[in-house]
Amino acid sequence: MKSNSCKLGSLLLALGALSPAAHAVNDLPGGPAVRQLNLHAAATRIGVEQAWLHWFMLITCTVIFIAVFSVMFYSIWKHRKSVGHKAANFHESVTVEVIWTIIPFLIVIGMALPATKVLVAQKDTSNADLTIKATGYQWKWGYDYLKGEGEGVSFLSALDTTHRQMSNDGARGQMPDDYLFKVDNPLVVPVNKKVRIITTANDVIHAWGVPAFGVKQDAIPGFVRDTWFRSEKVGDFYGQCYELCGKEHAYMPIHVKVVSAADYSKWVDGEKKKIAAKQDDPNKVWALADISKRGEKVYAANCAACHQANGKGAGPIKALDGSAIVLDADKSKEIEIVLNGKTTPTGQMPAWKQLSDTDLAAVISYTKNNWSNKTGQVVQPAEVLAQRGK
Amino acid sequence: MSAVLDHPAHAHDDHHDHAPTGWRRWVYATNHKDIGTLYLLFAFTMLMLGGVLALLIRLELFQPGLQFVNPELFNQLTTMHGVIMVFGAIMPAFVGFANWMIPLQIGAADMAFARMNNFSFWLLIPAGLMVVLSFFMPGGAPAAGWTFYAPLTLQMGPSMDAGIFALHIMGASSIMGSINIIVTILNMRAPGMTLMKMPMFCWTWLITAYLLIAVMPVLAGAITMTLTDRHFGTTFFNPAGGGDPVMFQHIFWFFGHPEVYIMILPAFGIISHVVPAFSRKRLFGYASMVYATSSIAILSFIVWAHHMFTTGMPVTGQLFFMYATMLIAVPTAVKIFNWIATMWQGSMTFETPMLFAVGFIFVFTMGGFTGLILAMAPIDLLLQDTYYVVAHFHYVLVAGSLYAMFAGFYYWAPKWTGVMYNETRGKIHFWWSLIAFNITFFPMHFLGLAGMPRRYADYPMQFADFNALASVGGFAFGLAQVYFFFAIVLPVMRGKGEPAPQRPWNDPNGQGAEGLEWEVPSPAPFHTFETPPRLDPTATKILDARVQPEHH
Repeated sequence: MKSNSCKLGSLLLALGALSPAAHAVNDLPGGPAVRQLNLHAAATRIGVEQAWLHWFMLITCTVIFIAVFSVMFYSIWKHRKSVGHKAANFHESVTVEVIWTIIPFLIVIGMALPATKVLVAQKDTSNADLTIKATGYQWKWGYDYLKGEGEGVSFLSALDTTHRQMSNDGARGQMPDDYLFKVDNPLVVPVNKKVRIITTANDVIHAWGVPAFGVKQDAIPGFVRDTWFRSEKVGDFYGQCYELCGKEHAYMPIHVKVVSAADYSKWVDGEKKKIAAKQDDPNKVWALADISKRGEKVYAANCAACHQANGKGAGPIKALDGSAIVLDADKSKEIEIVLNGKTTPTGQMPAWKQLSDTDLAAVISYTKNNWSNKTGQVVQPAEVLAQRGK
Repeated sequence: MSAVLDHPAHAHDDHHDHAPTGWRRWVYATNHKDIGTLYLLFAFTMLMLGGVLALLIRLELFQPGLQFVNPELFNQLTTMHGVIMVFGAIMPAFVGFANWMIPLQIGAADMAFARMNNFSFWLLIPAGLMVVLSFFMPGGAPAAGWTFYAPLTLQMGPSMDAGIFALHIMGASSIMGSINIIVTILNMRAPGMTLMKMPMFCWTWLITAYLLIAVMPVLAGAITMTLTDRHFGTTFFNPAGGGDPVMFQHIFWFFGHPEVYIMILPAFGIISHVVPAFSRKRLFGYASMVYATSSIAILSFIVWAHHMFTTGMPVTGQLFFMYATMLIAVPTAVKIFNWIATMWQGSMTFETPMLFAVGFIFVFTMGGFTGLILAMAPIDLLLQDTYYVVAHFHYVLVAGSLYAMFAGFYYWAPKWTGVMYNETRGKIHFWWSLIAFNITFFPMHFLGLAGMPRRYADYPMQFADFNALASVGGFAFGLAQVYFFFAIVLPVMRGKGEPAPQRPWNDPNGQGAEGLEWEVPSPAPFHTFETPPRLDPTATKILDARVQPEHH
């Protein structure tokens, strides 16, 4: 026995010399601490309740454990043959059996009651201030802001590529404290607002979890699930993917940046500008052939249902092929009707102002140059934009 | 003839036992002792193979960063470690114990269906080969976790199909073995041994066998649907075709939860033999133990979704499964109390079987408490798919099932082999295993609470220290089992050791181990109880000594 424990000791020492002395790590605020022993510091009320519940269970179980095993170790000490103890003869007692069935039963009920309260609160996703969809991909997260301030913002969030490279390189040398947590685009949410997270996935099952908020929800392809959190603290909070999803399962972290309401509005503004910039340039000057090709797609998606693919309409729906308004030299006449719609005694042409300037210019150009219409006119997005204001 | 490989001569019995020799003895085996030995040797081999995979995992996780394997191979390692340990090590080992001990304990000559018994064992060899060799198939071994969740399984290569085939074969083996055990126990008990006088190990195996028959077909259904989704155009689990990935989880865990009780109930049975023997006192509350085991088995059918608390089921569902899971703690606690009450006011000695049994009670209870904590759904949201779960199930499966098997081995090996193992070495094995086990798995509780996810090939830096500790412990634990094989198992198989008396665990006044297995010589003759014995009123002793190994 001695020789084995000596061997073990020297093995540990040798490994200690090799071990992460080269890696001087610090706690990551909002993420794990070095040698962390308990749950994360909670940033949400639910997290605080979960931590309470855990302490309650841990202490209760430890007390029961100590009580039961004190009895056992006492027995091991006193009721040994080597100290001369003689074995007694009893081997059953209905009373005792009933007692030690009922008491654990009551303890279990006592544990279930606080748990029920917390569970019901966790499931209540109603009346959210902000709704965001988190989509699991192999191997990154996609966030779509669906409702509330920031609606329409949409981006992907993936692990920083240098971190992935560091992993392949064996994580040698000084590593950053947010190793494997750093993403390119964090999820930004306002503090003290109820955020509802809808989870789904694109391919296999993933899971979206942030320990500091006390949330975890599977992201299942073809289905939507939801959860919620209200962070009471500003700061950075980190999570990871919690369902095996393939080879890069360890490399799709979650970074939630909780900011003040003012900072959040600023961020939303910035994001919207970024999105608009990515869209069509309204000042671009198009050639007829290009814009007509685009217009054909827009027509098929929006207009053909009523005006037919051959442009001839039917019944109260006016034909576009040979239409006086379409053939008119004054482009603003057709632009006006497509933008704002028109009510006539025989029917209602709906407004299409929700389409982009480029799409509207494209479809109008298309109608003016297709079927038997050959006006040679091109409508540019800038003209549609100019007419919007009027 | 004994089950020892190189047997010393038992001159006056030899020419009466027509035991076959050579390879035919093993390939055509129909003797329950031989088949038990085959199962145990197979299981131990798989334990070592599964252990090597575990060590490769711990080697990679020793430090942050990828040093030895890439993430694809890492996922294969974690998957196959689980599959091999569950289906190749624990389950066959318990069947090995069942084969050896059930006929001996009920006074039967053999199992009810001796040839089907042979088939049940030999099916495991091609299955085991397929499982192990799957690493060498294109794309490597399956890498979707031992739980094989859809739709990730749809992305796996041909080894997934090999794995499904192997699981079907192992399932067939388990079902046949269970039928054998049930029929044997219900029909072949010696006259006078009513069910409520039957040894506890037989009770736990009777109940386990029913569980197996109920749930192995469910697993077969789940993996067959996975197979057809992969190759035959079905969309059971593919939402694009109207299927539901969560349905796989329901079907799998309807099998999976009873499965973990299948892996622990026979362990409870072994402990119920060892503790009374070394306390020199009868098992406390026999009837209560039977009812508690039955309650655990019945409850095990209605708790499966506690593995699925994060899938998004309605709160009513979560509450139901939480309450039902917490309820199982009650009969389990009753069993713990009954064992301690057996020890209480006994006259205990602590030979190796008792060390492992007491160690089991202590460490298994720790695993039980972490299970209770995980049962609390609000806490489970934080701990699901983290290392806390890994810690929990290793505590109950290794410090639980495996320790009980070690206890059973040390307890019954003298009867199997005719020689005593070396007691000092046995104690070394126990303490070495216990300390190394706790160094490996206790830190994993902290990792889980800190949020470290499972099945991760690499992890953030803050998790490094506890991972390093777990890796060191893991290697020490593995080494302890190699020591076990070479220093304890091999010598007794070769017949090297003090000759074992018929009753190695009884005092001169008769106190100690009880049961019909101790009414036959050590080593147990090849054929025992060829004529049903006449039993005393307690059904633990044979009245007529002349009825033993039959002289034709």
